[in-house]
Amino acid sequence: MNSEAPVFKIKTGHLPVLLLHVLTTDLELLKAQLALRLRQTPDFFASTPIVLELTAIADSAGAPDFSGLVAFMREHGMCASGVTGGSEDQRAAAVKSGLGLYPDAQIRIAMRRSTDGQGDASGEHRAAVATTATSPPEAAVLQVQPELPGLSGESASVAPVQPEISRDAAHPAAQERAVVRPTLVIDKPVRTGQSIYAEGANLVLLAIANAGSELIADGDIHVYAPLRGKAIAGAHGNQSARIFVNRLEAELLSIAGCFKVFEDGLPEAVRGKPAQIHLEGNRLVMQPLLD
Amino acid sequence: MALQVKCATSFFFKVVNVAKVIVVTSGKGGVGKTTTSASFSTGLAMRGNRTVVIDFDVGLRNLDLIMGCERRVVYDIINVINGEASLNQALIKDKNCDNLYVLPASQTRDKEALKLEGVGKILDELKESFDFIVCDSPAGIESGAFNAMYYADEALVVTNPEVSSVRDSDRILGILAAKSKRAVDGAEPVKEHLLVTRYDPKRVNSGEMLSVADIQEILRIPLLGVIPESQMVLQASNSGTPAIHLEKSDVAEAYRDVVGRFMGEALPMRFTTEKAGFFKRLLGGN
Ligand SMILES: Nc1ncnc2c1ncn2[C@@H]1O[C@H](COP(=O)(O)OP(=O)(O)OP(=O)(O)O)[C@@H](O)[C@H]1O
Ligand SMILES: [Mg+2]
Repeated sequence: MNSEAPVFKIKTGHLPVLLLHVLTTDLELLKAQLALRLRQTPDFFASTPIVLELTAIADSAGAPDFSGLVAFMREHGMCASGVTGGSEDQRAAAVKSGLGLYPDAQIRIAMRRSTDGQGDASGEHRAAVATTATSPPEAAVLQVQPELPGLSGESASVAPVQPEISRDAAHPAAQERAVVRPTLVIDKPVRTGQSIYAEGANLVLLAIANAGSELIADGDIHVYAPLRGKAIAGAHGNQSARIFVNRLEAELLSIAGCFKVFEDGLPEAVRGKPAQIHLEGNRLVMQPLLD
Repeated sequence: MALQVKCATSFFFKVVNVAKVIVVTSGKGGVGKTTTSASFSTGLAMRGNRTVVIDFDVGLRNLDLIMGCERRVVYDIINVINGEASLNQALIKDKNCDNLYVLPASQTRDKEALKLEGVGKILDELKESFDFIVCDSPAGIESGAFNAMYYADEALVVTNPEVSSVRDSDRILGILAAKSKRAVDGAEPVKEHLLVTRYDPKRVNSGEMLSVADIQEILRIPLLGVIPESQMVLQASNSGTPAIHLEKSDVAEAYRDVVGRFMGEALPMRFTTEKAGFFKRLLGGN
């Protein structure tokens, strides 16, 4: 290989990540409870990267023993990659233990099951996973990029972060991104294991989204073919986001974190039909599209 | 006639000079990749194409068994990559076809020895003397399968008529579309072909298995052929003869059709409906 040819690239990526919310600085207690949980599903975390979410302990004095926690997690197949939230001291302690710092972001309300959803146990379990895996921190787009100077050509459109509002304040409307990004149009099938994210934009898919695939948009999602995978619209909390599909066969639908799973199939009225999905309060409404 | 075809194709490839790399892949194991690789490469060679079939299933060598050349394996692909043998030393000439060579996998080495860069080098060298390079992929989506598919120009996606196999094929198609060399380079995408194997119309009709239409509806790629389920495949592999050589067999004919379609012939699909049984025919039912 030519030694002058570039052999690496630095790019920003948006990957779903699991958050472990740390609710105590007492490591022994934390380990004990984690161990109990992991015994039930020993292979659940197969080398999954995990971010430690420290917001709940930010006001506690001192920091957990991160080195001990990381070692314990590693034994159970969880790779702690960094922390988010937490006090200055805690973040400093995390860095000392070799952890990375994710931008300090107030965590958005968790994904919640649509109020008329079925509440079976396995569904709840999935809910817990879906929560952390697919609901990024509120305003992550606003806050992530300024901490990666020079890595993204898009930082011009990002409002600067004022540190004092970064923890508890509700973000005022003025902070919403001012620039509307162009719709992301995909004309190839989205297949099992693939995930598409339209960041700050609508997503239009002109081909199938098969079972085991994932469509995520901060705006609306349109699928002009069968939708068989998961569709997550309004991923940053836009409650007026909608999903439009040509043929509804989805595994999961979510708008602004309010979701439904369809382990036992979709309701007759919309199954396999053109449909639209929107939010009414806490309820995900699925309607056939009439012509 | 056979001679004419031979001249025409080799002339074509010398002028245009494009050797094609074709991966036979599936995701799921045991669906018929190796059976297909053996028969497909044999069929290409029978039409006069200079063809080599490579076993990428390091550690689980069995293409050589199905091709009936296991006793002649001296060197393998990893010897070549490590510079311990030349390609010429490792290539085994097929016992039935003049234009066909087998590059066996290693039975003893561990899989990590096969690296993408080494594979690329071997393929480049093979491209100089062959028209078609058929890569028999191992099951799974790990490095072995990735090595086999990365350089592909075309892919035969082998699928059995069951949900888990279709799901795995979908995943493989996703990887081909996103991570193959063609995808990474932004070149023309890998050309995808659907090959449904072990198809049993009777079990499809009884609802036990997916139909060809069901599979196409999910995967949405062009159908290259349907290979029926047949006891004779096992016999063929036990005797070290690719199934395409079988006399009076649906499987052999189906594989010949596949090769014909691959070469651009418009052949109707066969073996997709239940054969009328003896009593049905006797009674005039259908
Ligand atoms: N059309 C067919 N009819 C009946 N049996 C078949 C057919 N095709 C393949 N088989 C049988 O299925 C089994 C698996 O076939 P084969 O080894 O070709 O699959 P494979 O996809 O290469 O498997 P692996 O993933 O292990 O490499 C063998 O026993 C073979 O004889
Ligand atoms: Mg095989």
